[in-house]
Amino acid sequence: MTIEVLKPGLATSVQDIGRQGYYHLGIPPSGGMDQRSLRAANLLLGNPEGAAVLECALMGPELRFAESRLVAACGSEMTPRIDGQPRPLNEVFRVPAGATLSFDFVKAGARLYLAIEGGIDVPEKLGSRSTYTLGSLGGLEGRPLRADDRLALLPPPGAAREGRRLPEALIPSFSKHYLLRVVPGIYDHRLTDESRERFYEEDWTVASEADRIGYRLKGGTPLSFHEREPPFGAGDDPSNIVDACYPIGSIQVPSGSEPIILHRDAVSGGGYAMIGTVISADMDWVGQIQPHQLVRFVPITLEEALAARAEYRKVLEGLRKMP
Amino acid sequence: MSSDPLTPARYSLAADEFMFVELSEEMTLEAFFRSISITQRLKSSETPGIIEICPANASYQVRYDPDRLSAAALKEILESLDREVSAQRVRTIETRVIEVPVLYNDPWTHETLMRFRDRHQDPNGTDLDYAARINGFDGVEAFIEAHSGNPWFVSMVGFVAGLPFMYQMVPRERQIQVPKYLRPRTDTPKQTVGYGGCFSCIYSVRGAGGYQMFGITPMPIYDPSGSQPHIDDSMIFFRPGDIVKHRAIERDEYDRLVADAEAGRFEPRVAPFTFDLDDFNHDPDGYARRVKEVLQ
Repeated sequence: MTIEVLKPGLATSVQDIGRQGYYHLGIPPSGGMDQRSLRAANLLLGNPEGAAVLECALMGPELRFAESRLVAACGSEMTPRIDGQPRPLNEVFRVPAGATLSFDFVKAGARLYLAIEGGIDVPEKLGSRSTYTLGSLGGLEGRPLRADDRLALLPPPGAAREGRRLPEALIPSFSKHYLLRVVPGIYDHRLTDESRERFYEEDWTVASEADRIGYRLKGGTPLSFHEREPPFGAGDDPSNIVDACYPIGSIQVPSGSEPIILHRDAVSGGGYAMIGTVISADMDWVGQIQPHQLVRFVPITLEEALAARAEYRKVLEGLRKMP
Repeated sequence: MSSDPLTPARYSLAADEFMFVELSEEMTLEAFFRSISITQRLKSSETPGIIEICPANASYQVRYDPDRLSAAALKEILESLDREVSAQRVRTIETRVIEVPVLYNDPWTHETLMRFRDRHQDPNGTDLDYAARINGFDGVEAFIEAHSGNPWFVSMVGFVAGLPFMYQMVPRERQIQVPKYLRPRTDTPKQTVGYGGCFSCIYSVRGAGGYQMFGITPMPIYDPSGSQPHIDDSMIFFRPGDIVKHRAIERDEYDRLVADAEAGRFEPRVAPFTFDLDDFNHDPDGYARRVKEVLQ
């Protein structure tokens, strides 16, 4: 059973829940940027929760199915169509043999997760099928989809039921202005007090350089660092540090001007000061923000971050128990 | 033993899953040695709840599961390991010495550096000319001798998959330092030997880069297709703590080694080694000769 890629979309790649244990060698977790939507699409179909799906950013692909399969699409609002006829999001529907599945322009959110009964069959690399493009690893030949690609599928588990739908309470609603919760720290002592306070008071606009590696932000007041004698090996810019590891979700500020939030295909280290980290429970939202939308950072404590983490766990539990 | 007082480690929470630990603001061999010693001990402790342990140049990072191990408990473990490492009478790590053949001044990085000359500090020379000049060397030959003469520690692996950052085992006053390109290049050949700040590196994949380019190695260091016998299932050759000795080679040997690599027959020269920080500090150049002899 194969799927033929007629049009690849803007940036469509094979992703699952990612790989662990290789960050010390420069290999980031990869996997779906919005894990909750990826898991929801698989759970609707009765797939293993971490089965490989297609992550479709902003503009979806056009796919021809050689055989009939049930599918589910969760995440950003891009209406699916079968041979031109609309189908619902967040609900299991059938793609008949020979039919073409396409998507409308995105109305809200940034990434749609298309799960297919059984899951996509690409070889596991370091324990995951996720695509890590910078390292040409995983997914289909280590890269996003191209026209004329063929995708193989694993056998359907047989548990899927047409019309099964996510309960309304579990469907995320996307906005144009996001509040992202951050635990300040790492090198934020390098900022002046005034600059640090202002960072959390201003709106930042997502730049067009917003991808799986990271999200660049513009429009806020440039940050100012305390004066210093550059430490040996750090570099002369006040935002430089001796090259260090970058946590996933950390916010770095090269030259103080445009903050970058690193995401699941992060470069694992480098020489720019990080001033805080987006909490794990809000990283799914980052993956759903479109370029030109607004972000405000909200400083919180570790205790608050752990409470948000527990809430997020409850949402995942709800997905696992849905009727 | 060195009598320098250690700077206290700085522990910082990176939200709910990461702990970032800075051991020194500036790059020193002592800070790197402390990072690798603490992280090696943490790894062998097999503490439940620890997901990834990433040593870096003068810092390290731990990813953990806060549902199994609290930040406070993790910090206590790390502090106790730091005390253990600092109290050691004999400061050694078990590692290996690896010879990396380098074709300096090669045609491929040369073509690339000419293509991006408008992004460089010195549009009229090469990266090697520039690095030799600003570091006070009497020409490119002498510079290459310094780069390939004394060994290097792999002080961090990352940025992208498998890229080693290397810090040279020479006293501070002999450290080579060069700035990065004024604006990063959009292209760097695979296996380019680069330099930025006080670190040398080897680009594991073709792509963007800002480090000065000095040469290229025929040795495969990242193997996503699994075709290189000298690289294990992790797909990555280097480990933090490896000791690297560069050896300048000529074009005919380079071509032969590339052919070996393409046929899956590349065999790097590697030997096990116990590094002793105090022996090294006592006589860096004598130590460099001993490292070289290990490979004979």
